[in-house]
Amino acid sequence: MTVIGARLPRQEDPRLLRGRGRFGDDISAPGQLWARVVRSGSAHGQVRGLDVTEAAHAPGITAVVTAEDLPSRLVIPVRLAIAGTDLSDFLQPVLAADTVRYVGEPVAVVVGDDPYACEDAAELIEIDITERPAVLDARSPQNHQENVAAELTRGYGDTDAAFAAAAHVVRIDLAIGRHSGVPLEPRCLLAVPAADRGELDIFGMTKVPVWNRDLLADMLGLDETLIRVHAIDAGGGFGVRGEFYPEDFLIPWLAMKLGRPVKWAEDRAEHLMAVNHSRQQYHRIAAAFDDQGRILALEDDITQDNGAYCRTHGVAVPELTAAMLPGPYRVPAYRGRVRVVLTNKTPCGTYRAPGRFEGTAAREHLLDVAATQLGIDPIRLRMRNLLTPSEMPHERPISTLGTDLILDTGDYPALLAAAVREAGRLGYRGRTAAPGGNRRLGFGLAMFVEKSGLGPQETADVTVSKSGAVHVYSGGTSMGQGIETVLAQITADALGVDPRTVRVTAGDTAAQPFGSGSWASRSTVVGGSAVHQAALAVRERALQLAARMLEAAEEDLDLADGSVSVRGDPDLKTARLSLADIARAAAPASGYLKPGEPAGLTARRRFEVSHMTYPYGAHAAVVEVDTGTGRVRVLRYLVAYEVGRAINPMLVEGQLRGGVAQGIGGALFEEFRYDETGQPQAITFIEYRLPTAAEIPPVDVLLFQDAPSPGNPLGVMGAGEGGINAVGAAVANAVRDALRLPGGVGQLPLDPARVCALAQATTGQAIGGTA
Amino acid sequence: MKDMHEIRLTVNGHVHQLVVEARRTLADMLRHDLGYTGTHLGCEHGICGACTVILDGAPVRACLVFGVQADGTEVRTVEGLADGEQLSDLQQAFSDHHALQCGFCTPGFLMLAEAYLAEDTTPLTEEQARELVASNLCRCTGYQGIIEAVLATARARRPGRKPADEA
Repeated sequence: MTVIGARLPRQEDPRLLRGRGRFGDDISAPGQLWARVVRSGSAHGQVRGLDVTEAAHAPGITAVVTAEDLPSRLVIPVRLAIAGTDLSDFLQPVLAADTVRYVGEPVAVVVGDDPYACEDAAELIEIDITERPAVLDARSPQNHQENVAAELTRGYGDTDAAFAAAAHVVRIDLAIGRHSGVPLEPRCLLAVPAADRGELDIFGMTKVPVWNRDLLADMLGLDETLIRVHAIDAGGGFGVRGEFYPEDFLIPWLAMKLGRPVKWAEDRAEHLMAVNHSRQQYHRIAAAFDDQGRILALEDDITQDNGAYCRTHGVAVPELTAAMLPGPYRVPAYRGRVRVVLTNKTPCGTYRAPGRFEGTAAREHLLDVAATQLGIDPIRLRMRNLLTPSEMPHERPISTLGTDLILDTGDYPALLAAAVREAGRLGYRGRTAAPGGNRRLGFGLAMFVEKSGLGPQETADVTVSKSGAVHVYSGGTSMGQGIETVLAQITADALGVDPRTVRVTAGDTAAQPFGSGSWASRSTVVGGSAVHQAALAVRERALQLAARMLEAAEEDLDLADGSVSVRGDPDLKTARLSLADIARAAAPASGYLKPGEPAGLTARRRFEVSHMTYPYGAHAAVVEVDTGTGRVRVLRYLVAYEVGRAINPMLVEGQLRGGVAQGIGGALFEEFRYDETGQPQAITFIEYRLPTAAEIPPVDVLLFQDAPSPGNPLGVMGAGEGGINAVGAAVANAVRDALRLPGGVGQLPLDPARVCALAQATTGQAIGGTA
Repeated sequence: MKDMHEIRLTVNGHVHQLVVEARRTLADMLRHDLGYTGTHLGCEHGICGACTVILDGAPVRACLVFGVQADGTEVRTVEGLADGEQLSDLQQAFSDHHALQCGFCTPGFLMLAEAYLAEDTTPLTEEQARELVASNLCRCTGYQGIIEAVLATARARRPGRKPADEA
């Protein structure tokens, strides 16, 4: 009996439920100092002077550092470089020296005995800034070419000819609001130096620990193996946590410089103006159709408001937007163009389903507008254009993240049909609005393709210790997705043990120095495949040693339930060997080891993959719109999603439901707004409105395991981003339906002001009563 | 000069006596002075509820209470819920209903629900559970599992009664 597919309870739960998790700020070191980052209060300006004298002499303060104290003018390089773009002029310095470019940009750090004292001292620092005009609208004409960090095009075919010959051309504009992951745990870093040994222990790099370790080693001029990033709990990742930020250099550097542990725990206001923002794009999207409603061509002109710098993601988000835009459809010609514009706002990076939340919203909203204009039912219009199983795998002449875009497997029309059936069965279409008043119901649907399992590799070690426990050392990190449980299930399945005997360490760079991290929905796909292979290798080695111990042939042995027995020996005349027995037989000086054989019941395996795997799905939403107040309530929500194979369906459903909640936030509530001088207007949870339980409906999930991925031994596809991908699209379509809009909604989030304006624009036109 | 105060309080049944600065929050005091790091700080301005603890029977945001205000009180934190290695019924329900992912907000939800369920013994409806859960923020789960876990615990704690949402 395999444990793959079982709804096992999570291994992470007991410690987290008991308050025994180890989050960043839960860890302290003897003699530690605290750091407070001093940030620019101006959106754009010239730094004339920085007076730290008073702060440096404040009680309890050990040091105050500014850009002048740094080794050189350090900038943070790009982690995800896209061929053909040079962003070297747009990278963020560790500390701003002459110019500040957004409110929240680090300019100094105060270090002292106590975080309260550090905050007091930080207020004593006087920054003399000559203000300059702030660029806040990426589309404004004042945005000269010097603010364009990159321009890129993805596409194929002759779109101009297709548009010229089309029976119908449909075009909309859609602005996607600036919002981001906003995990509930703010960032935290603790750096503990062992000065005499030149070593450095780091707690708090929780996404790509090996990459961050290597970059830090490079910047500090240290050998990378002297730095150990520890595996800790992370209070949500969602793309933003664990990228290399200025603080990721500053805190370790201060610890080395001062020879004492230094801790930095971000506060919420800092988080909301310092951590990667995301999503802000302006789409001008158009489709050409023939007279049967078949897509002839698609084009999208996208402006990305990237904020003040290009950070570690470079232009990966706009590139993904353009590359993934055609989605699940047959698109004979396509051109996506992106202008990446710098503005005086917090720099942008990835947020769960980067580029796809935005692109899916633009494409799927366009299709609903097109359905109205062409007089075709929106579902039928999609069915007519979806790629069919006979067209799979479908290669698009597009590269993304350095890989060729090949939609690997699936039956898109069957999934859409199933989603529509399920929505019907659950009564999504038959609902009526409360009588009277201004309330109207709307139904919206969206179809999408996700991507997952980005390579190029992941490495895993599986080791059986002498107690018989199985240890997995993965390069992934634990941030709430349940990686410990999932990898334990994969190990248990491959090795033939109880998953409760498997202990997973995720993201410790000493235990797994070749990891690539947890992001891009890659941990189960790539990390899981590496663990699968390593566990199979341990199984093989265990059987080899057991054969020696039992003086039997390997092919006569079976490993199940954690022990080896001889096949066809029901009376157990031969002793069973536990994995503990075999691990002891693999210990150094064991007589069972042949000369030259390495000791230990252990294996390291690397899983390499050059293509991503593409899960897909459909979302459906029922909303109630109050045309008087502009309030939108999501009443029902359905996600239909194909994952190839679910290692633990409970966790997959959890990923999807959580993604929907975040998507509803981005579609209706969450936005980083700025005033006309570039002051951020959302720096607390009062202005940055995360949805509560009152705003999130129960989410219906239809999970499919019909299209195993051909690209990995487990057949799995990633599940991390399918819940959020199409929420903007489905909610926009449902609101449009409720208001019977002839065109599009124009922007997300659909806040009350926008909804009232849309409702008023349709006043005078006949609005139907019920959905 | 720091304004220091000597206080005495009980946390999960253990008596603590310590000297704290007047402005130190209860959350920082619990976490950094007394080692109860299960109480988490997500916003430090009273919105997210991750720092919720039970102070003399009532759920409070520990980021909005000063440590000195806890002088003479009885505080319960998440560390006090389990009986030895045995999870409480509410903790077990959270695991059973997949009510947590990253687990950072979880202690706050547990203490919020624990305080509510201890005080209010009338049957809990789905709507009431949703309203209760809407007091705090969770970024991972979409809340469904949390609501289910609270409802399941409420039902189980009323043996022999009909579940509220089926009555």
